[in-house]
Amino acid sequence: MIDITLEPANDESVKVGRPFYEGEIDTTHGPILYLEDVSVSFDGFRALNKLSLYIDDGELRCLIGPNGAGKTTLMDVITGKTRPDTGAVFFGQTIDLLKMDEASIAEAGICRKFQKPSVFEQLSVFENLELALKANKKVWSTLLYRLNSEELDKIDHVLKTIGLSELNRQRAGALSHGQKQWLEIGMLLMQEPKVMLVDEPVAGMTHQEIDRTAELLSSLKGERSIVVVEHDMEFVRSIANKVTVLHEGSVLTEGTMDEVQNDPRVIQVYLGE
Amino acid sequence: MKSLLFSHDKTGAVVLALIAGVTLIVPLFNLIFPVDSPLHFSAYTVSLLGKYLTFALVGLSLDLVWGYCGILVLGQGAFFALGGYAMGMYLMRQIGTRGVYADPLLPDFMVFLNWKELPWYWFGFDHFWFAMLMVMLVPGLLAFVFGWLAFRSRVTGVYLSIITQALTYALMLAFFRNEMGFGGNNGLTDFKDILGFNIQSEAVRLTLLFLSGSILIAAFLFSRWLVNTKLGRVVTAIRDQESRVRFLGYRVEMFKLWLFVFSAMLAGIAGALYVPQVGIINPSEFSPLNSLEIVVWVAMGGRGSLYGAIIGAVLVNFSKTVLTGLMPEIWLFSLGAAFILVTVLLPDGIAGLLRKRREAEA
Amino acid sequence: MKANSLKRFNRCFAVALLVWLWAGQAYSQEMNPQVTLLDSLNRLKQGAMPDREQALEQLGEVNHPRTLTVLQALLNGKLYQVASNEQLVIAAENSEGYQLIDAITGEDLGNKPRSDVNKINLTNTIRVKLRKLIGQLELKSEDATVRLAAVNGLIKATDDNTLALLRQLETTERDEAVLEAMQMIFALKDLKSEDKAIRLTALVTLKDFNNQEVVNRLNVLMEKDSAGQYLETDADVRKQAKLILSEINARIQFYSILETLFFGLSLGAVLVLAAIGLAITFGVMGVINMAHGELMMLGAYTTYVIQQMMPDHLGLSIVMAIPAAFLISGLVGIAIERGIIRFLYGRPLETLLATFGVSLFLQQTVRSIFSPLNRSVTTPEWMSGSLQINDFLSLTWNRFYILVFCLMVFVLLLQILKRTRLGLEVRAVAQNRGMAKVMGIPTDKVDAMTFGLGSGIAGVAGVALSQITNVGPNLGQAYIVDSFMVVVFGGVGNLWGTLVAGFSLGIANKILEPYAGAVLAKILVLVFIILFIQKRPSGLFPQKGRAVEAK
Repeated sequence: MIDITLEPANDESVKVGRPFYEGEIDTTHGPILYLEDVSVSFDGFRALNKLSLYIDDGELRCLIGPNGAGKTTLMDVITGKTRPDTGAVFFGQTIDLLKMDEASIAEAGICRKFQKPSVFEQLSVFENLELALKANKKVWSTLLYRLNSEELDKIDHVLKTIGLSELNRQRAGALSHGQKQWLEIGMLLMQEPKVMLVDEPVAGMTHQEIDRTAELLSSLKGERSIVVVEHDMEFVRSIANKVTVLHEGSVLTEGTMDEVQNDPRVIQVYLGE
Repeated sequence: MKSLLFSHDKTGAVVLALIAGVTLIVPLFNLIFPVDSPLHFSAYTVSLLGKYLTFALVGLSLDLVWGYCGILVLGQGAFFALGGYAMGMYLMRQIGTRGVYADPLLPDFMVFLNWKELPWYWFGFDHFWFAMLMVMLVPGLLAFVFGWLAFRSRVTGVYLSIITQALTYALMLAFFRNEMGFGGNNGLTDFKDILGFNIQSEAVRLTLLFLSGSILIAAFLFSRWLVNTKLGRVVTAIRDQESRVRFLGYRVEMFKLWLFVFSAMLAGIAGALYVPQVGIINPSEFSPLNSLEIVVWVAMGGRGSLYGAIIGAVLVNFSKTVLTGLMPEIWLFSLGAAFILVTVLLPDGIAGLLRKRREAEA
Repeated sequence: MKANSLKRFNRCFAVALLVWLWAGQAYSQEMNPQVTLLDSLNRLKQGAMPDREQALEQLGEVNHPRTLTVLQALLNGKLYQVASNEQLVIAAENSEGYQLIDAITGEDLGNKPRSDVNKINLTNTIRVKLRKLIGQLELKSEDATVRLAAVNGLIKATDDNTLALLRQLETTERDEAVLEAMQMIFALKDLKSEDKAIRLTALVTLKDFNNQEVVNRLNVLMEKDSAGQYLETDADVRKQAKLILSEINARIQFYSILETLFFGLSLGAVLVLAAIGLAITFGVMGVINMAHGELMMLGAYTTYVIQQMMPDHLGLSIVMAIPAAFLISGLVGIAIERGIIRFLYGRPLETLLATFGVSLFLQQTVRSIFSPLNRSVTTPEWMSGSLQINDFLSLTWNRFYILVFCLMVFVLLLQILKRTRLGLEVRAVAQNRGMAKVMGIPTDKVDAMTFGLGSGIAGVAGVALSQITNVGPNLGQAYIVDSFMVVVFGGVGNLWGTLVAGFSLGIANKILEPYAGAVLAKILVLVFIILFIQKRPSGLFPQKGRAVEAK
């Protein structure tokens, strides 16, 4: 849907037999995101308990699980907001995410949409996208930054994708809840990420909006990996090929939606005894 | 260029015009009209206006960090005072043998303390340009070190405010000590001349007023430009949603840091302009109350608008001059009331009122 | 005129006659101590020199319980004679003249105007002798503490006579402490002995004494005279002395550490008292109350006012000030919360500014009512002075009481938060305001009460502060930065953290002080905290959890 050139490292032709440079993402073994034995605890409460999870390059994965299963904490760990007590988190084969802060992780290509839509309410829709635009984000370059026509096109393109072209001068604070969710997805797109972590993208949306979101996310997979956390099972069914169920901080089961839904353990977790 | 800059900021243009008016008219009138003419401004008025302009400048510097980036600095007065001390040190060295003890090298207070040689950090301050460099570098460096530590560790909100207050408090205690070599309690005073001109002379006073006005205008225009760049938008975004900005790949701490350093330098310049106009700098300038007063100027004027800080600084200080003249005990009551009323009833300050009126008219 | 002088003559004659009679009686077998006392006193005040000396001697031997009291009064210029009847009285000056007590019987004679009595003056010679006599009498006093003080007073100057007296008294002395002090004096004396063995034994005895004089004398042993010769000629004695001195010095060091610790703890107690109210409003409610210092100031002024109302009951006034200050500061706090802060919840920076406005307001109010000058609150007797443990360790009572008081307030507060309904509600609101509201907790009321509680404790802290510092409009300002530092250092929302932080900062301050001076020590501590917060933004004992992470 949006045409964004891929980094050479993700290109099939250069996959084998070539050294990888630092900062490049090595996905030769399939997964782009590795989490191994990750544990996080807050004051005795174990939010994540020896969780291991692999996300393949280009895959769209859905994470489901009851409240408190550790879904949001998992995203916090990947994006550098929370440091795990133990465990390893790698981006590709070579990049250790635990050694990086939020900004470098974002710059490396992992972007996140928050559960609660967080856009910059004082800025216009256009400015929100402009800030998210993939560019040099150092202080001095930002000071002297001017958009070129290519970048303007890109913003236009994303505006169309998320259906906010008409509202681009509108203050983001004045948008409806659904529109804010879309704007935030748009901001993710502006960052040209390799992995998108999307926390509850359709919460509070109307049916039409949910359908459009499903369409959008499906169209994006393949070019990048997408991890979606969602409670809306209909929505999950409509987009996911693989679903991971979290429970009490670790992976309960993985598989297609049908497999998962028929797993007695999952039923037990969701419905109780 | 100018019309473009002010297309969305008519009030800003009015404020700027007023400052330019004062900056030009006062020196001009005093040149044209004889001393006994009612249109000739007295030395007192000239110093007072000059002082207000330097206060406006330090208000502006606080508005940049507080109004645009949400960092409530309760120690802005420290940077102001450091700039002032740098200037004061230059002026002290200019006294030369005209001090009470007529020591060619040591300022009076050092002779009084029986010091035999000039401390190393006083070297170079006999050169005007070196001193001017220090006026910006010293506050800038302090802001850099402090900010680097604080922002990198993500100290935010009230915590940051409180430790900036502790910073200025610690500096005040330090500067009160004679051993620091900055004149202890009495600070630096009894200045004689600046660049060879008598500091008491009318020409120097008018020049200082003119400089204060010009620098304020320049700082205002530059800040205006700054907040309208992409950097300005990033900074505003940090104020509203700090962690989101981080997840977009910006190094929030660096943005805060440089803005903080810039603001500290502006405050330093304001201090340097203030000292020759009032003729003294002492440790009480570091007192936490001073920094809090700066905050109330900006809050009163309306933060996040730049011109609001200027309006607030001038208005509050004018009231201070009037009230302390009439009945001194009422000043603190009014200041206290101002803090309460502005925060509870007028969170956007005067600028917010003006904006609302404009929007209602439109 | 004539009649008058005749009268005087008659009276003199009568007195002389009486004196003669008494004098005769004094030497008779059945001596009445009271009479002897009175007689010798009279001879002392007007007799010829030899007579006076004799009188002194006699005073030393008379066995009357009030001898010492009367002689001390005499030495201190408190002994008077009533002009009309020459009755000897001890007088204490007060606003209406003199409060008189009969010198011999101790009977209260009420107030008399100044003109009614004449002071009994002494010559310097007599004064010196009298002082010595008092010393000897004190040595024989019934009261062991008086004896001990008398013995200790003799350490620096012991002549052979006194020494002999001491040796004699030693045999009858029962009190351990007095005996020890005597031993020390003997040992010090023995240091000057010609016999090396005696000197060595003396050194061994001196090992256990914590006394400045002992240290001085041991140091003297190590000194050289102008010719480069050791004052103590014997190398063995010098070696032994050196050893003992280092032992004593180690003890001195230990005591000085104890003392630093005590002063640190007491400073810490002040900090904790100042900070603990803040820990509630800031920690539990998230409200930055810049007027906290002024609430302490109100507490201190409350103490001052109550003391002005009851100047004769200093101790009681302090005790009464505690609940009064709690009430006044608490009510003002509730007024601040209801009037201002509740409109600003969720806007911490604005709260900070508004409460700062309140602080200016309160300061100026106090300045207008009580004048900008400092007022001093008198410390009751049981709180002044110090507990002298030995020459190297003395603990001031007011600091000691403040330490105890601080711990009491802390425990009480902890119990309130833990065990009362209010405490439960406060904690519930602090953890989840919305949920608490749904559960039917009147959050508005709880907010007001919490703020009142925090403010009330500030007032109580003010009472404590009034005992160690001057009460003035700027009292609060001096403590506000410190108390914020304590709360932040300890970790917001954690009372134990506040306690530990307060004490450790107090101790750190006192440890640094000897090296850096008070101001620099304070600066260093501030800089340390600034750096510390940057390393651990949530303090020593951070709160953890999802809710905190989400903020």
